[in-house]
Amino acid sequence: MTTPQFSAMEPVLEVAGLNTLFATPEGDVRAVSDVAFAIARGETLGIVGESGSGKSQIFMSVMGLLARNGRASGSVRVTGTEILNAPVAELNRVRGARMSMIFQDPMTSLNPYLTVRRQMTEVLMTHKGLGEEAAAQASIEMLERVQIPEAGRRIGMYPHEFSGGMRQRVMIAMALLCGPELLIADEPTTALDVTVQAQILDLLMQLKRDTGMAIALITHDLGVIAGLADRVIVMYGGRIVEQAPVRDIFRRPQHPYTEGLLKSMPRLDEHGVTRLQTIGGQPPNLQNLPSGCAFRDRCAYAFDLCAAERPDLTSLGEGRARACHLPQLGEVA
Amino acid sequence: MLSYFIRRLAGAIPTLFLIIAVSFVLVRLAPGGPFDKERKVPATVEAKLIEKYHLDEPLPQQFARYVAGLAQGDFGPSFKYPDRSVSELIGIGFPVSLTLGLSAIALALAAGIGLGIWAALRQNTWIDYLCVGTAMLGIAIPNYVFAPLMTLVFGLMLGWLPVNGWGEPRHMVLPILALAIPQVATITRLTRASMLEVLNSNFVRTARAKGLPEMVTLLRHTIRAALLPVVSYLGPAVANIVTGSVIIEEIFRIPGIGRYFVQGAINRDYTMVLGVTILFGALIILCNLIADLCYSLLDPKVRYD
Ligand SMILES: Nc1ncnc2c1ncn2[C@@H]1O[C@H](COP(=O)(O)OP(=O)(O)OP(=O)(O)O)[C@@H](O)[C@H]1O
Ligand code: SF4
Ligand SMILES: [Mg+2]
Repeated sequence: MTTPQFSAMEPVLEVAGLNTLFATPEGDVRAVSDVAFAIARGETLGIVGESGSGKSQIFMSVMGLLARNGRASGSVRVTGTEILNAPVAELNRVRGARMSMIFQDPMTSLNPYLTVRRQMTEVLMTHKGLGEEAAAQASIEMLERVQIPEAGRRIGMYPHEFSGGMRQRVMIAMALLCGPELLIADEPTTALDVTVQAQILDLLMQLKRDTGMAIALITHDLGVIAGLADRVIVMYGGRIVEQAPVRDIFRRPQHPYTEGLLKSMPRLDEHGVTRLQTIGGQPPNLQNLPSGCAFRDRCAYAFDLCAAERPDLTSLGEGRARACHLPQLGEVA
Repeated sequence: MLSYFIRRLAGAIPTLFLIIAVSFVLVRLAPGGPFDKERKVPATVEAKLIEKYHLDEPLPQQFARYVAGLAQGDFGPSFKYPDRSVSELIGIGFPVSLTLGLSAIALALAAGIGLGIWAALRQNTWIDYLCVGTAMLGIAIPNYVFAPLMTLVFGLMLGWLPVNGWGEPRHMVLPILALAIPQVATITRLTRASMLEVLNSNFVRTARAKGLPEMVTLLRHTIRAALLPVVSYLGPAVANIVTGSVIIEEIFRIPGIGRYFVQGAINRDYTMVLGVTILFGALIILCNLIADLCYSLLDPKVRYD
């Protein structure tokens, strides 16, 4: 591999024209369509959208982790190096080293038959060529950084001897062993207790400040995005429908779907927490996407053009973009 | 671990005792007796025989006598071969059966695991379909059908292999195949299914996400976990091979204890049938115990202490 020449401004991750299809007996499922975005060094990008909107599959494509029936096309560059559909050996120089991923379910994401020590040291031995002892020492230090008490003793334990929150900490420690430039966190707290959720998110942000790594944070909790992300991508039916700096998206959503998401967020009012509105209707059928705008069946603003023509993602300036035929929307009251 | 093994061995004694008791009663329940021949022996001779074998004693007393003998490793005298003890006969036949059984198990494991892994890694290709299809046949056709079929094709039609006898390696080919093939088929299916499940598991996804070399992901993370169900199946597999060997030894005229068992059953050779049954029972118990131990070594969630 040639050493990529990159400027300070070059993104850690650059995705362009990404399409991900799954072959099924009932036909192809278009999980991701024409997705393009970049993550700058040290940036936290939030990815939101309802279940099935393609959030995870974007990053499964990026990491080369698609199910057997999945095919991705387009371009994925990690600090300048193209890795989409690269040979596995080439991909393995990037995964776990320059780019790591943690998953939603810490209960099943660790290997139940191997000690935490084995699962951690193998990463350092593979990527850094460390010996067993040095790797174990570095792993213990990393476990201490993710605040696992008695790390020196507990590293010899098996995953089932840890609680859910502790397992997610182990996953995070494992992901950070090689000092990646990008950490992909796919709903890292969804499976955890509410109090533990906050602790894990705090930990992630603290680690991010300490290391300067970029984070891609997948979630359907807009509240998490509000607190942690710099920029947001909103996914609908496998496409990006809106993209904006986080402060703007809460103040002035520019896509009806984003607006719906914001309205369905639980908010504090005089009566305490209330869930205001939910978006009615069903997510689109990815096997047979409608012509025009995929959101039109559920959109209160839909008009003739919406059925005839699919809106492209177009820039609104100031780092914003959206895919909608409407004139720009005003501020939320 | 050792103390666990010893405790489990001790725990197996009641099971074994139950096997002994039930077989003892069942053998006596079978109609006919050891001295009912076409040519009736003179009454005086029969009385002598009955006395010699203590058949005149009440059953509980006979049972006690038998168990006391067993405790000293004595399976009693054979009814058919009055000058030889059952222990002696088993001593001659057992090595033959053991060779046959162990070879069949080894073949079943090697071929079953190998084919299962191969099929899973080539899921939905012709290799996979071939492995699965053959496995289905292997499971569907019982070995007492398979054995004569192989004899017919390889022994009589093609003349490649001897159809019976014992002593040379070429004598072993057909019986081992006949005994192993149903187990190869079952283990292939088991391994394939379990491999596919593990390949789709979250922890193998994590191993890939960590950028481990494919060989490490396959051997350390995938195959190791996928073999657990195969280890659990080891006990039943041994039981199937042991019972299968009775039929196979008869078909191929192999001088193992399976044949003694069949002959013993025909002749109402009580001690012979009992001896072989108890030996089989003990063997199956032991193999299940070994399988359990292997499992606990592989799965840290199982802890015995
Ligand atoms: N192996 C597969 N075969 C067929 N379809 C698949 C496969 N994997 C994912 N999909 C489909 O791809 C679509 C996008 O899935 P994805 O996992 O990206 O959703 P998501 O946005 O992450 O949702 P969630 O919030 O539930 O995690 C879904 O409709 C899903 O059913
Ligand atoms: S394009 Fe039309 S249907 Fe789609 S979001 Fe905009 S207004 Fe609604
Ligand atoms: Mg997901």
